[in-house]
Amino acid sequence: MQTHMQTPRVLITGGTSGLGLALVRELTARGASVAFVARTAERVAAVAREHGAHGIVGDVAQKHDIHRIALQATGARGGLDVLVNNASDLGPTPLALLGDTECEDFERALVTNLLGPFRLTKALLGSLAASAREGRGSVVLNISSDAAVNAYGRWGAYGSSKAALAHMTRIWNEEMASQGVKLLALDPGDMDTPMHALAVPDADRATLKQPSAAAVEIADAIADLLPAVQSTAMRRAS
Amino acid sequence: MIAADKPVQRSPDSKLLHVDAAGRIRSVPRSSLIELLEPGDVVVANDAATLPASLHGVHVQTGAAIEVRLAARASLASADVLRFHAVVFGSGDHRTRTEDRALPPPLQPGQRLQLGSLTAVIEQMLGHPRLVAIRFDNSAAEVWAGLARHGRPIQYAHMPQPLQLWDVWTPIAAQPVAYEPPSAGFALDWQLLAGFASRGIVFATITHAAGISSTGDAELDRLLPFDEPYRIPPATEQALRRASRRGRRVVAIGTTVVRALEHSAGRFGGVLAGDGVANQRIGPDTQLRVVNGILSGTHEPGTSHYELLRAFADDSTLRRADRELDTGGFRTHEFGDSVLIFATNARTGRGTRSPYTSRFLRAPDVVQEPGRLSPAGRLVGCSC
Repeated sequence: MQTHMQTPRVLITGGTSGLGLALVRELTARGASVAFVARTAERVAAVAREHGAHGIVGDVAQKHDIHRIALQATGARGGLDVLVNNASDLGPTPLALLGDTECEDFERALVTNLLGPFRLTKALLGSLAASAREGRGSVVLNISSDAAVNAYGRWGAYGSSKAALAHMTRIWNEEMASQGVKLLALDPGDMDTPMHALAVPDADRATLKQPSAAAVEIADAIADLLPAVQSTAMRRAS
Repeated sequence: MIAADKPVQRSPDSKLLHVDAAGRIRSVPRSSLIELLEPGDVVVANDAATLPASLHGVHVQTGAAIEVRLAARASLASADVLRFHAVVFGSGDHRTRTEDRALPPPLQPGQRLQLGSLTAVIEQMLGHPRLVAIRFDNSAAEVWAGLARHGRPIQYAHMPQPLQLWDVWTPIAAQPVAYEPPSAGFALDWQLLAGFASRGIVFATITHAAGISSTGDAELDRLLPFDEPYRIPPATEQALRRASRRGRRVVAIGTTVVRALEHSAGRFGGVLAGDGVANQRIGPDTQLRVVNGILSGTHEPGTSHYELLRAFADDSTLRRADRELDTGGFRTHEFGDSVLIFATNARTGRGTRSPYTSRFLRAPDVVQEPGRLSPAGRLVGCSC
């Protein structure tokens, strides 16, 4: 077996703003081999250039983009060890009571926050299980929210989709335990991000967590789930 | 046999023809595959994902429409994706039978091919008007993005509807290095793997760049399979070593697994972890060193896949199996039904000494056909 330190190969969705961008920054700084996905080609190219990460243009809400993303993420680096499903959609903006929520807005939240992570994880499950068989890390980290647990008014579409994501994560984690693939949902807390500004325009930004701080916690959580050959590398560089 | 013409990997009514080590034949539902395995058996599958290796585009000099089918490269390395060997067709697509496809315009080294966002240059003709060595004028990341956007899975006339990547990736598909799907793996799903784990059946993988199955040209088809790079992980070497020590069976999911494991065993006396390039042919004269059984699709006599099955069973047994496939309504091609053939003990290393006792000796009797290096072998400069 290989005993030298291995660089974990990570894929982050929604990697050009907010928490996703902070994760690209944090994980590349820790020496991980980072690929990320986002929809806008120009922003993808800019972030890729700035952080030396592999940028992939795609939309996790589009069924036809899923395998194209998986192909590039696994092809360019020979496999994948860590998937972070971070890209999210708020549903209606401004946020609305469920009775006032357009069905199309609810659907978009479900496709982006639940079905997209399901499809991408499924497309990459073979790669993740291969990493586990090879003694590498094999982790899927799904970004959840306290809106998945608490019944906040006007967060119906987003909260329902994140609750379903969190539950899917727990079930899948049970099912994949025998194959060595670990799935975990994490709530990063209320952060000062473009998405939060869209949801709560009049929030006192001073009370919000910086995405970079959340990214440190998430990177630590990932390192905890990796085998020693990878987590040592992930911690040492921080 | 009936052509399977819908891209359904695991049909509830899929059939399996089981040929046991005594040559007894019976037809069972493929869903009962696990019943035919024993605790301690090692099942080895090819976890290669399939490239969208068909690229439609233009022969720049003449403006003629072409289809380029990527067919081989030197290694599995993820950055090593600028140079390929490829088969080039003229206008048209997969709905025309490959043997009826138009030739491309006359091709010459130095000519450019525009393939979506990718530009390729012909570096070398490989002894046939259809077979070329090309080099992409792009970065590796651009090649991956270009394949993702413009590439389509290679497919044939028996399957008219356009295939998507999800149609051709097996459930365990990992690194995308195969040119056509390692389709025996369509029979696998996560439920089956969980069943293996709970019954003590060992599951292991290799990654093997399964090549194209047909070029439409009899002369080129005789060169198939081209040389195929493969990788054997350490965990697979260990599982096979344990199986060998304990006299357990090794069951290959697909012909590519047989080719890779037997190639490694031919080089080292036993399967060793690492990278190699399988360049041998397996046929009736091959003494199998590692693999005892094979799960495969159904194949027509005369194809290289069928030749490989002759290493497992004698011709009279295979003829009886063929009759059973015909009369039993079995479906053929990559989305069709399956056969599971166990070699008679005389055809495997089983019952003889462990292949691992001589692992550091290069075996003198392995059939490597060094004189028949396929074009991919010339590219690699490797006769292994």
